[in-house]
Amino acid sequence: MGKSLFQKVWDAHAVRQLANGQTQLLIGTHLIHEVTSPQAFGMLRDKGLPVMFPHRTFATVDHIVPTNETIEPYSDSLAQGMIEELRKNCAEYGVTFFDTNTGHQGIVHIVGPEQGITQPGTTIACGDSHTSTHGAFGAIAFGIGTSQVRDVLATQTIALNELKVRRINVDGKLRPGVYAKDVILHIIRQLGTQGGTGFAYEYAGSVFDGFTMEERMTVCNMSIEGGARVGYVNPDETTFEYLKGRPYAPKGAGWDAAVERWQSYASDADCEYDDVVNINAATIEPTVTWGITPGQGVGINETIPTEAEGVTQSDRAAIAEALEHMQFEGGSPVKGKKIDVAFIGSCTNGRLSDLKEVARYVAGRKVAPGVQAIVVPGSQVVSKIAEELGLHRIFLEAGFEWRAAGCSMCLAMNPDKLIGDQLCASSSNRNFKGRQGSPTGRTMLMSPVMVAAAAITGKISDAREIFDVAEAAVA
Amino acid sequence: MASTPIKQVAGKGVYVPGDDIDTDRIIPARFMKCITFDGLGDYLFHDVRKTESGENKKHNLNDPRFAEASILLSGNNFGCGSSREHAPQSILRAGYQAVIAGSFAEIFFGNSTNLGVVCVTAADSDRAILAEAIETNPDLEITIDVEDHKIWFGDQSVPCGIKPGARDSLLSGAYDPLDELLEGADAVSKTANRLVYLQA
Repeated sequence: MGKSLFQKVWDAHAVRQLANGQTQLLIGTHLIHEVTSPQAFGMLRDKGLPVMFPHRTFATVDHIVPTNETIEPYSDSLAQGMIEELRKNCAEYGVTFFDTNTGHQGIVHIVGPEQGITQPGTTIACGDSHTSTHGAFGAIAFGIGTSQVRDVLATQTIALNELKVRRINVDGKLRPGVYAKDVILHIIRQLGTQGGTGFAYEYAGSVFDGFTMEERMTVCNMSIEGGARVGYVNPDETTFEYLKGRPYAPKGAGWDAAVERWQSYASDADCEYDDVVNINAATIEPTVTWGITPGQGVGINETIPTEAEGVTQSDRAAIAEALEHMQFEGGSPVKGKKIDVAFIGSCTNGRLSDLKEVARYVAGRKVAPGVQAIVVPGSQVVSKIAEELGLHRIFLEAGFEWRAAGCSMCLAMNPDKLIGDQLCASSSNRNFKGRQGSPTGRTMLMSPVMVAAAAITGKISDAREIFDVAEAAVA
Repeated sequence: MASTPIKQVAGKGVYVPGDDIDTDRIIPARFMKCITFDGLGDYLFHDVRKTESGENKKHNLNDPRFAEASILLSGNNFGCGSSREHAPQSILRAGYQAVIAGSFAEIFFGNSTNLGVVCVTAADSDRAILAEAIETNPDLEITIDVEDHKIWFGDQSVPCGIKPGARDSLLSGAYDPLDELLEGADAVSKTANRLVYLQA
């Protein structure tokens, strides 16, 4: 019987079994940022331990960097203190740091791939749950806590339980105006926010075969929202094409050997999965969350559920709590909800293809009066290319703000925050209460093009209608 | 150097109702601008406890009857969302030693176990009985028996679940894996030497 990519990568990196039955797993690539690493370096100092493989850890700064000021010291002295601490730690321990003055800083899950650090058949860990993003390359990538960041720094390993593997086939063709973001929001809606607990998700089928790397990253990014710590796509020509020529990708003779090695990690055709889920791509609608968990999503033409629609008592309580927080009435259409803020960015949807796609539609249009709309490129590299293409001018002319790279309003550890109970159409990954910086703030997750449609109309809208998407596809 | 084994956790309980209590709820990101975990206990469930103007909301976590609680009781998928260890750190630093929930998000469970914060699961019906018992008698002594998979309160007990590996680690006091991982250094180097991408 064949093996899945997960099993092959796991076996290649398993060091030994620990006393409690867990596996000591080698982490080939470690990514760190300013929020979850300083305490880990502090623990190393307390114990007098060195970093075992400093050249296998890469740092950048993303969560706390302001996107509206780039000159230091930042107005927020706590943010300034955190970036300085990371500089100090990287310098002291010899860790490569994609700092703000390198032109390569950005959200850690965007920087790794664009530098070619993220590679197939590798294990990756980072103190951030959206590390699952890197699975798009056929890597096994784990979000970890700070004590585990310490463990990787000190030993290049972590203690883990092996995961089961669920294959999710999305076959057929996505309809025009339906994006990778809709695919993952649909999957989470179907399988639930804890459906993936104990599983790695292997995404496959004709839709994933046809996806670009950036689309695959969008889906893998939100695996954790479905409860799966790891999500991946088997590496193929699309993967290799993306990596070729990137700064940390293998070069010369090493390239061909690497491609051969990477191909060998792909799941075998006769591999047996712990679970298989099949989804018909044609059934996926542009999807919008109406509640306070990423699983509370509906198609754009559906209505928000009523409390009575909950199957169990706890479902009903969850719907009631979400309706109360969102100030929505059960049974009302999701379409037409008035928004205050539109956010395009984040490790889910802050890549060049996201910005290009949005720019295509907002060119020549205007953001609705009273709506604050911001576009935040995911990295300095994305920002630079977007500006070379003139995308920033399109956004600015349409009334969007064009910001510097960072996590921005996805989690509001920086000046970008909702105020009071503002409603935000957001291309990010979490709609939890308080996530965007205001305890009463309200978040609706959707694709970047759907965010753009909401920005232009001032309300949650079907982007296909606003931008004549279906017609364009026919013509 | 192993820590003290944790066979039982005993204390009073407080009920935090709801499923999908995420790590942003446990500690909002805006309180994570820090380079140590010191003081995080003050912000545990901040937005659950406080209004925007800083007044206490009506919530069990603000109720003086439950002020001495050291065991949290909650719903399904507790700790979902971010991998931030700030969440279990704030729980620990606010004086809680254990969480009883319907289920746990995986990263949160691992982070908590590494810190010796005991996370056990119990059935919906059993948690309802326990919630009711705590409400009736906030001074009720609850004992989570990690070894026997039981939660005792008054003269009753209900079964609880914990992953075997986590249970072993708590019982042996080896729940912080660092020392054991360090002992494997030679084996780590051997594994690393077999992986082409680590040779460059």
